[in-house]
Amino acid sequence: MGIGAYLALASVLFGIGAVGFLTRRNMLIQLMSIELMLNSANVLLLAFNRAYPGNHDGQVFAFFVIAVAAAEAAVGLAIVIAYYRVRKTIETDRATLLRY
Amino acid sequence: MTGAGATLFVVTAIFAIIGALITVAARRPLRAAMGLLVHIVSLAGMFLTLNAHLLAALQLLVYAGAIVVLFVFVIMLIGPEAETGPIEGRLVSRSTAGALTLAVFLVVATSVGGFDAAWIAVDADFGTVEGLGLAIYRNALVPFELISITLLVAIIGAIAIARSPTE
Repeated sequence: MGIGAYLALASVLFGIGAVGFLTRRNMLIQLMSIELMLNSANVLLLAFNRAYPGNHDGQVFAFFVIAVAAAEAAVGLAIVIAYYRVRKTIETDRATLLRY
Repeated sequence: MTGAGATLFVVTAIFAIIGALITVAARRPLRAAMGLLVHIVSLAGMFLTLNAHLLAALQLLVYAGAIVVLFVFVIMLIGPEAETGPIEGRLVSRSTAGALTLAVFLVVATSVGGFDAAWIAVDADFGTVEGLGLAIYRNALVPFELISITLLVAIIGAIAIARSPTE
């Protein structure tokens, strides 16, 4: 079981997240798809760091990715709540306030 | 990699893919959040096979303990309006986008899957609290402080955005 299995798995997980982001129109599920993509990037960082274990740079990067994902989820969900309060929907197809 | 590590990798990989598919395909956002929880917990198990013990614990604490709970709270606040079907109109363009994206990433997966690097034996403190903590505080102290400011700004911004305009 080499590093290639980890790379292939991370690609598949990123693909699933990208498909979810592109095909779903529910803001909550789109945010969850973003989390899937961030997680797959973490798998890549940790796998390469394990393959070249001279220092901890990959793990430090993954640590910062986790922190940024937490901040992103907090702000994104706050935007979802604020938007729902205005329009009573969380479908992106009906998010047309900036369209005209 | 030893036999036990390979077994753990295969099991966690299967559960991670299942959780991701549930997240993307679920009709109810609460089920999607549960799929995300399965995905995150299995990835934390996979981090153990990569000698990333501290990050496995952080994955459980931050993702499963904070982010998924935040999602569940927002689903609870929004209520039944949060439920929209997995297929929501404009079927042709949407399925084309999904199929093309999946095709691209399957090609990438099959091409990078052959890459191989021999697993080198790691030091005893690789990925432990001591090893990773020393690496963060010696080499990445300024980014670490900056990320704390980022989190503070995100907290204040989330409160400012989500607060009711009548207050």
